[in-house]
Amino acid sequence: MSAPTLDRPAVDETALQAQFDATIAADHRVEPRDWMPEGYRKTLVRQIAQHAHSEIIGMQPEGDWLLAAPSLRRKAVLLAKVQDEAGHGLYLYSAAETLGADRADLTDRLIEGRQKYSSIFNYPTLTYADVGVIGWLVDGAAICNQVPLCRSSYGPYARAMIRVCKEESFHQRQGYELLMTMMRGTPEQRAMVQDAVDRWWWPSLMMFGPPDDDSPNSAQSMAWGIKRHSNDELRQRYVDMSVPQAQVLGVTLPDPDLRWDEESGHWRSGPIDWAEFKRVISGEGPCNAERIARRRAARDDNAWVTEAATAYAAKHAEGHAGAVA
Amino acid sequence: MSTDVTAEGGHGAVPTGPEVPVEPRPRAVRRDWPLYEVFVRGKRGLNHVHVGSLHAPDDEMAVHAARDLYTRRNEGVSIWVVKAADITASSPDEKDPMFAPSGDKVYRHPTFYEIPENVPHM
Amino acid sequence: MHEETVYDALTNAHDDAGHWAFGTGFDEPLAGVDTTVPDGVDPADLGVYCLMLGDDALVLAQRLTQWMTNAPELEEEVALGNTGLDLLGQARLLLARAGSVGVLGRSRSLATASIPDEDALAYFRDADEFRNTGLVEAENGDFARTMVRLLVASTVRLAVFARLRESRDPVLAAIAAKGVHELAYHRDHAARWVLRLGDGTPESHRRAQDGVAAVWPLMADLFTATDVEARLVAAGVAVDPAAVRDEVREVLTTVLERATLTVPPWPDDVAPRGREGRHGEELTALLATLQGLARQHPAATW
Repeated sequence: MSAPTLDRPAVDETALQAQFDATIAADHRVEPRDWMPEGYRKTLVRQIAQHAHSEIIGMQPEGDWLLAAPSLRRKAVLLAKVQDEAGHGLYLYSAAETLGADRADLTDRLIEGRQKYSSIFNYPTLTYADVGVIGWLVDGAAICNQVPLCRSSYGPYARAMIRVCKEESFHQRQGYELLMTMMRGTPEQRAMVQDAVDRWWWPSLMMFGPPDDDSPNSAQSMAWGIKRHSNDELRQRYVDMSVPQAQVLGVTLPDPDLRWDEESGHWRSGPIDWAEFKRVISGEGPCNAERIARRRAARDDNAWVTEAATAYAAKHAEGHAGAVA
Repeated sequence: MSTDVTAEGGHGAVPTGPEVPVEPRPRAVRRDWPLYEVFVRGKRGLNHVHVGSLHAPDDEMAVHAARDLYTRRNEGVSIWVVKAADITASSPDEKDPMFAPSGDKVYRHPTFYEIPENVPHM
Repeated sequence: MHEETVYDALTNAHDDAGHWAFGTGFDEPLAGVDTTVPDGVDPADLGVYCLMLGDDALVLAQRLTQWMTNAPELEEEVALGNTGLDLLGQARLLLARAGSVGVLGRSRSLATASIPDEDALAYFRDADEFRNTGLVEAENGDFARTMVRLLVASTVRLAVFARLRESRDPVLAAIAAKGVHELAYHRDHAARWVLRLGDGTPESHRRAQDGVAAVWPLMADLFTATDVEARLVAAGVAVDPAAVRDEVREVLTTVLERATLTVPPWPDDVAPRGREGRHGEELTALLATLQGLARQHPAATW
């Protein structure tokens, strides 16, 4: 038996848009079942999915060292970190699902190359120093990008990012601590650290994306409150953070033009080689195919496991209903 | 030059490639496990709070996956999971008549009443 | 940008949400525990026994870690990560205890003085000095075999640790007291999977049954005490592996039957192999990966 359906007042799209605009203008959060413009929803799904994919693919470069970590303490730290990244991926897929996306579908899109992940993870990890440098520089850059996202206008994304950022701070610190330890070690270890810094510094700068005057999509995202600072602002902040950290560590950042600008109070870096970057992001990165192949294998080779659990649940569904008081 | 990269997403520059819109899809049966919403009681004396979701084949696996995922750092003393599909929500839009009427009942809130500052314990 | 540092921005803006991202109550597992070797116990025996239990945990953790980035679902990556971390934690405590009572074997002639005992033992012993059982060193196989092996290994270990809480060695007792909670969870997790795979689809049933067939023979040398264990059992320090056999058998039979799997004949006991340092190719290969980097740089600190 159900109540008769009563007509509700007609919904006026213009009024909804006005309400949405007012929410954004007041810096309030948009929540999943609020009305939102289609462009906002699509942009968010793409952004959150890319972020989630990046976490999951990002498990691999460091994961390659899990079995060979050179001390049990480092092995535990790295395992916890790689596991965290799986967790971060899950928090983010979770946020994307509040927008009507479906995780299995997003995974298919990743594997089929229809959605992308951060190109930084297409570089190989050649020595154990890379584990430290990824923590220090790559996670450091990610934190610069991500902390402002804790104030994203979309509630579930902002909440996921708070949790991710808090956990991410451990990632950066373990990386820096590893590098400090290695710098106090043998000459060979110090050389490994410098070599890793040489290889990762420029890619980490590129993580912030193209310069502001060449970043056409940013304006809309800023207006929607799903991007909080411009690419160049964030990059500058990252450089200012990293230079003194490099000094304490005793490594040289591979940029002959890097200099302190007294007037502005900022470190100024040399020009970025975007052509090299483009090669990596267009799928010519050394590890692109390998990274995707691993995800595909995890999905396809183990599909029978997922199916088995589904079948078991179906068989035992009746017995379960009403069991919980 | 680089108009085909963007810095959106927390790990920075991501190639945008050809635009592939993602349509909302009913969370229907495929091979995937259902979506569960997870609620964690952070410590005794607090309510269970929604912390996120996960996929699991059944209730029992869901509660264990929630333990593994959402309490890796001792964040909780109790966990609830519920199939997302089983949640009845107030309405499609959270800013709607169900909540609007109480917004003006400011007299429900303690700050509505002006009390002289010399009245103690108020 | 108004934030002083990126981390400040977190705490300032989100005080209300702060409580759940980090928990509290991380305890030092051996805080305040008396570390003297009990009267009448040969430290060399105690050290070797710690190696047996520690190596089991280390080798199984390494096997489970092989699933990271390859697991069936992301939720399972996280679950396996937790199990691996628990076992790694147990291994570190046990290897450190072995080192502290002076059992370092040849490792100390290879590792430099700055390398802690737990790492000297993990990275600078050869296969013949490892005391783990063949059960944990066998390859993972598919997910079904991995879960059957985890079920067996955690059932045995839980039964041992439950008794070890009464050990006369306070360190072993403390490690066991912490470990039983972890192992109970590992056993549950594996059992839940064995149920679902055994009673899932025809394919998963077949794979689970194959996994049982592969794992069952590996139990043959689990329940016979070595001389070291026998002496420590007499001294009230160790658990007699024969004493846990019936409990293990009952648990495994219950799980397999509920999973609609056929329980194979129980393997006949044979003399200890892995516990005496006799291992196969699988351990040699596992150790080559585990130890390769550390051995390339014996003077390094990490």
